[in-house]
Amino acid sequence: MSATILLAQALNGLQLAMLLFLLAAGLTLVFGIMDLINLSHGTLYMMGGYFAATVFQVTGSFWLAMGTAVPLAFLLGVALELLLLRHTYRRSHLDQVMVTFGVMVFFEDLVKLLWGNASQRLATPTLLQGQVELMPGVVYPIYRLGVIALGIVVVVALYLFVQRTRLGMLIRAGASNRRMVSALGVNIDLLFTLVFGLGAALAGLAGAVVGPVSSVEPGMGNHALILSFVIIVVGGIGSIRGALVAALALGLIDTVGRALIAAALHEFLPPAMASGITPALASTLLYVMMAAVLVLRPSGLFPAPGR
Amino acid sequence: MRIRDICLAGALMFGLGMPTAFADALKIGFMNTFSGPGGALGGEQYDGFMLGIELAGSKLGGREVEVVKVDDQLKPDVARQLVDRLLKRDKVDIVVGITFSNILLTVAGPVTEAGKILVSTNAGPSPLAGAQCNPSLFVISYENGQAHSAVGEYLNRQGAKKVITLVPNYQAGKDALAGFKSTFKGEVVQELYSSLQQLDFTTELTAIRNAKPDAFWAFMPGGLGVALVKQVAEAKLQDVVPFYSSFTVDELSLPAVGDAALGALSPYPWSPELDNPANKKFVAAFKAKYGRTPSLGAMQGYDAAQLIESAVKATGGKIDRDVLIAGMREASFASPRGGFRFNNNHFPIQDWYMRVVEKGSDGGLRIVNKAKVFENLEDRFHQDCKMK
Amino acid sequence: MSVTPVPGRLGSVRRLEITRLAGPAVLAAFAVLPVYAALSGDDYLLSVAARMLIWALAAVSLNLILGYGGMPSFGHAAFFGIGGYAVGVLSQHGIDNGFLQWGVAIAVSAVVALLIGALSLHSRGFYFIMITLAFAQLLYYLAQSAYGYGGDDGMTIARHSRLGGWIDLADRPQFYYLCLALLVAALVGTDRIVRSRFGRVLRGAASNDRRMQAIGFPTFRYRLTAFVISGTVAGLCGALLANDILFVSPSMMSWIRSGDLFAMVIIGGAGTLFGPLYGAVALLGLEELLMTWTEYWRLLFAPILIALVLGSPAGIDGLLGRRGGGPGRR
Repeated sequence: MSATILLAQALNGLQLAMLLFLLAAGLTLVFGIMDLINLSHGTLYMMGGYFAATVFQVTGSFWLAMGTAVPLAFLLGVALELLLLRHTYRRSHLDQVMVTFGVMVFFEDLVKLLWGNASQRLATPTLLQGQVELMPGVVYPIYRLGVIALGIVVVVALYLFVQRTRLGMLIRAGASNRRMVSALGVNIDLLFTLVFGLGAALAGLAGAVVGPVSSVEPGMGNHALILSFVIIVVGGIGSIRGALVAALALGLIDTVGRALIAAALHEFLPPAMASGITPALASTLLYVMMAAVLVLRPSGLFPAPGR
Repeated sequence: MRIRDICLAGALMFGLGMPTAFADALKIGFMNTFSGPGGALGGEQYDGFMLGIELAGSKLGGREVEVVKVDDQLKPDVARQLVDRLLKRDKVDIVVGITFSNILLTVAGPVTEAGKILVSTNAGPSPLAGAQCNPSLFVISYENGQAHSAVGEYLNRQGAKKVITLVPNYQAGKDALAGFKSTFKGEVVQELYSSLQQLDFTTELTAIRNAKPDAFWAFMPGGLGVALVKQVAEAKLQDVVPFYSSFTVDELSLPAVGDAALGALSPYPWSPELDNPANKKFVAAFKAKYGRTPSLGAMQGYDAAQLIESAVKATGGKIDRDVLIAGMREASFASPRGGFRFNNNHFPIQDWYMRVVEKGSDGGLRIVNKAKVFENLEDRFHQDCKMK
Repeated sequence: MSVTPVPGRLGSVRRLEITRLAGPAVLAAFAVLPVYAALSGDDYLLSVAARMLIWALAAVSLNLILGYGGMPSFGHAAFFGIGGYAVGVLSQHGIDNGFLQWGVAIAVSAVVALLIGALSLHSRGFYFIMITLAFAQLLYYLAQSAYGYGGDDGMTIARHSRLGGWIDLADRPQFYYLCLALLVAALVGTDRIVRSRFGRVLRGAASNDRRMQAIGFPTFRYRLTAFVISGTVAGLCGALLANDILFVSPSMMSWIRSGDLFAMVIIGGAGTLFGPLYGAVALLGLEELLMTWTEYWRLLFAPILIALVLGSPAGIDGLLGRRGGGPGRR
């Protein structure tokens, strides 16, 4: 296992972690503040990708696509919250699971109807095309470095927002004790809508950003959804810091861990078999990690205070 | 509310038992992968197939045709259920289609055991060419390894001695590698496998760059191929290691890949430029109807329609399985390949060409024939098949 | 109209006779369906109905722990996989004996359920959902990496399980009636369990675990037992599914399948006897019906699902006239 490959995978892990963080941050806020289990979070991610791909195909501009996809995802989230999800707040978690499951299923077919089954084209912008040699022998795509940079920007921005603004303070308070916040006269309905919209925007951003390196297609949100839930469980519900730490852990395990497993298996198994088993084995690591955390720290690594 | 529930139950019973409209028509179940990274391939075969029906006067052998189109989503369990539905609910006479070998391997049994004929427009896994061949199964494309044995032979002629291979880890991938190795005289220094869901080849390309073999060969179908070729170009790997591939770039995916595809070589049993009357007719009709040059998948779909038409015509319009099988074995239709016949295992015997992506005089990209590698090539497994 | 205390409820509720007949009526319809199918030559109807029965059986097993026991397991489909692969793997090695295959399916399911339950049942609510999901995913990935047993592509099973000279599972009507018989047995069993002392402790623990423990019941043991029973029956369903289409693959144990089962229990009416049956019939039937109309049937299915959930908190069973939901709803 050469150092170059390890480094490349570590960078991949970092990139994946940033994307996962974008997804998990919104989800943890929504669950933490609104006590809503949202299975349609993956759908918002997918729609971000579709919005971006469509704008790109019409205008040819990647930047315009990014710029419009995020507000569109925000609006979609707000619409979903206002029209449907706010009716589920008083219902049990199980009912919320069912309703958001329905939303997820609906959008999967809607997307097939409107865009067809094939993957949508979304290309890397010329500014970020090509590869750069970070070290002798280590060549890494510039776009992926861009994703990492974007992730860091979002982390800092979210931190400042949550810690330094009034709205952020309300969000932190709401994550700890929703009833108290409401009792203090804050317009809880508006807060909820904004939080959901924010989560949707972050998810949509992730979906748009991942377009050029992955594929924008129906069902792209399913895997991401499960990973997001794993992250918020590990990180602690309602905690953005927890989401970041868990996303980093997950991202690195899924990439570096996978490469290490692949190398180890290739040592003593025939190549076809080793390659066949590696993905499954790598995925089990994630769940083992989650199960371990649940057993040792049932509320996650950084549970929001008061939980 | 209760009445409504009882009515709903009744409606369900009725709806499920409803007979279909065309009682006399020839019912064909067209199952293929229309979604996901491999989705374009299914669409292409379907377009070719429907063109074939249209050119035969929207009938096959004088019979009305009803085509039921379903998407297997590249999932064997979904395919299994769909086949169940096609056979029992829609009561199709013939099942046509299937791009991916793992799907074909799953559904071949149920279809043939139900006494229906299965015509594969693309998948050609080696087990079904050998011991597991079946009289009800016809593969109109090629046995998986055939194509790649052409590449192996071509690489011999280029003087390559050490090669790294990359294939997806499923039956067709393994068949491809086996086919390649059957003719390639040099050494395969590393065998790389990727998964059918894998769109990121950074690890593999880094390994190849470090190893510096004489050549890098990959078989990567559909959207996976598009991703691979793009990443190879992005990594400028071609400057370090010559890149050959099978089925990564064709007429269909060329626009999506763009200039990154320049120089990519692929083996084909046919090309749109072949100079024979059947091909000219096919290419012209396809361009007229769909506004683009047909790719291999389209030709295969088209030939499937022609095959069925010739067989049904030979039976005088009767849909009897054994008579149809006999008719299909004759394969008396004009294929754009310029002559077509089946081997004893119902897989084709055909010529093979090497085609390359070049820049045309107008600056646009074209795929052109570079060399004829094999003539009347049989697959390596037909002796294992007990059929005559 | 008779007023009878409703078993499984905390308190008594007025029941109308027609709702009391609905469940048995549905079962009766299933009983005569093969006759109709034979007369009309509709093989497909029989296939669909058989699958409904198997899923209903699985839903009944989930209902025991989810509906009555308040344990929202989101990994129940994993037991499908255990049962299915038990049949598949043994068959691949030449063992066709149904009693042996199904015996292994049941035994392994029981052991796995014991393990998963022991580790998970300390968690509650959302965390219980996640940890059962995690274990199910582990088994799913295990199946995907099963080299030699098809891996992600799954494996075809050559022959049906041979159940001695008793029953020929290759004969569709016989297979069908076996499934029906098992479903009826499960319903009777559930009813018995729920009315027994065991059942009352279980339901009590679902609504207020601390109180039950204060009274002196070792609720963990009760809940674990219920979990094992539930998983074992689901494992049997896996064996039935394997015989239904002679094919097993990891997707039969995906979390989406667990979600489908979950939906059947909730939509049908969690914590009611016939709820899971209604749920299975409604969801599968709706899917089949909508599929004949359009390729994009989920666009119609999803709103109906959402409307059912929001409109009737007690599910279809609630629509049929009963009031209130089972104890394990929050």
